[in-house]
Amino acid sequence: MSTPNKKVKKELTVEQKINRRNFISFAAFTLLAAGAFEGWRWLYKSPEEAAGITGGTRKPLRKALNKTELFFRRVAFSDNHLVKTYPKSMAAKRVRVNSDIGVEANKKFDPAAWKLQVIKKGGEILQISLQELMALPKTEIVYDFKCVEGWDQISHWAGVKFSDFIKHFQLDDYAKMQYVGMETPDKAYYVGVDMPSAMHPQTLLAYEVNEKLLPLEHGAPLRLIIPVKYGIKNLKRIGTIAFSNTRPRDYWAEQGYDYYSGL
Amino acid sequence: MRWCHWVNFPVLTIMIWSGMLIYWANDEYSITIFGHTFFRFFPDWFYNTLKIPHRLSEGMAFHFLFMWFFTLNGILYILYTAISGEWRELVPKKNSFKEAWLVLLHDLHIRKTAPPQNKYNAAQRIAYTAIIIMGIGSVISGLAIYKPVQFYYLTWLCGGYHFARIIHFALTLGYVFFFVIHIVQVILAGWGNFSSVISGFEVVNEEPKPIVQTIKEDEHTE
Repeated sequence: MSTPNKKVKKELTVEQKINRRNFISFAAFTLLAAGAFEGWRWLYKSPEEAAGITGGTRKPLRKALNKTELFFRRVAFSDNHLVKTYPKSMAAKRVRVNSDIGVEANKKFDPAAWKLQVIKKGGEILQISLQELMALPKTEIVYDFKCVEGWDQISHWAGVKFSDFIKHFQLDDYAKMQYVGMETPDKAYYVGVDMPSAMHPQTLLAYEVNEKLLPLEHGAPLRLIIPVKYGIKNLKRIGTIAFSNTRPRDYWAEQGYDYYSGL
Repeated sequence: MRWCHWVNFPVLTIMIWSGMLIYWANDEYSITIFGHTFFRFFPDWFYNTLKIPHRLSEGMAFHFLFMWFFTLNGILYILYTAISGEWRELVPKKNSFKEAWLVLLHDLHIRKTAPPQNKYNAAQRIAYTAIIIMGIGSVISGLAIYKPVQFYYLTWLCGGYHFARIIHFALTLGYVFFFVIHIVQVILAGWGNFSSVISGFEVVNEEPKPIVQTIKEDEHTE
């Protein structure tokens, strides 16, 4: 087309304008695409967090999980938000057994000799028998138990409300702390739960499934049923209960899962 | 608003990929009619090629981070489209559904002429509005399965936990379907059209002089 005079600043031709705008756009697009790709590479290759209370995931992703939990707890969590319940007739007759960590069949365990151990300040241990727990008001729930893997099942449980248990054994001061930790007697499986979820009115220390005492594979003699959490938090065969203001250790949070896993 | 489009592309890709990592842990969906399973989604070779198995926790961590970008980008797009008045170019009109049929026939080379259009033709209006509604549907059904207790009303709205999960899954298949047609159409539309989605304008040569036809939306974003 025209060759512009170099000394006099001439109006650009339409063609030049088009080319210039196209060049700028494509250059910007390429730069941003490269930036996005680098960003993704940085995230994908970012180092794993140091193994501790949580572990097994990339540092930035863990940070995001924790922040997201706080956000949803603040905007959405409420004791008034209850898990949907169903009539007893809808409960599964055969309740799915998905894991036996800490309750393996070949492990020696005598439910009759069992006592729940609540660890109090100064190392004092409160021992509670199943009979004492069964003397407290019994709460039943038929709800959809949800697994982090994606399956779910309507099942029927009964036991003592965790909040009733706290009141009866005068543990109110302990319930003011931020977390409760539970472990199996052999310490092979353990969970940490934030106090608001533990004190939720549907959280149970359960000793019955389908109106019968728990069988061993479902966590006899006492297990946690916490409908505001995925199945991974529903510890079987509770050995000890402890309270703290820092997060207690948690089996699956050490392996890359969200510490809170709330529903 | 083409920026939103280009942000959405990688974000949605990551959402679908991390969603697959989650789905693998319990891949229960199949199409079964009269007891005969016709179709299971995703055969093993598919999973293995993409290195999908045994990455549930990783998938969840990515999914729950990028959901923020997906949602915020969507909100930004809707706000911009609403405020700028561009929705007028996008939302289907009364006669769009009838016209879309004619557009389809034209694109399939069954009919010679296409109905007159502005920026988007009737079929595009329907498709591009539908994809936004699908996006909103993904966010709502996603929240319904992410926090079914706290957002119990969303779960109820989606017809329960199971159905919400099916909606979430079906919408994802919808995106893939959309993507395939979208790519074919982009190739057919040619380089000039593709280039305009990056630069914001397309040059149309008309007799006798070339004129620059700047597409309205991009005056602001340039």
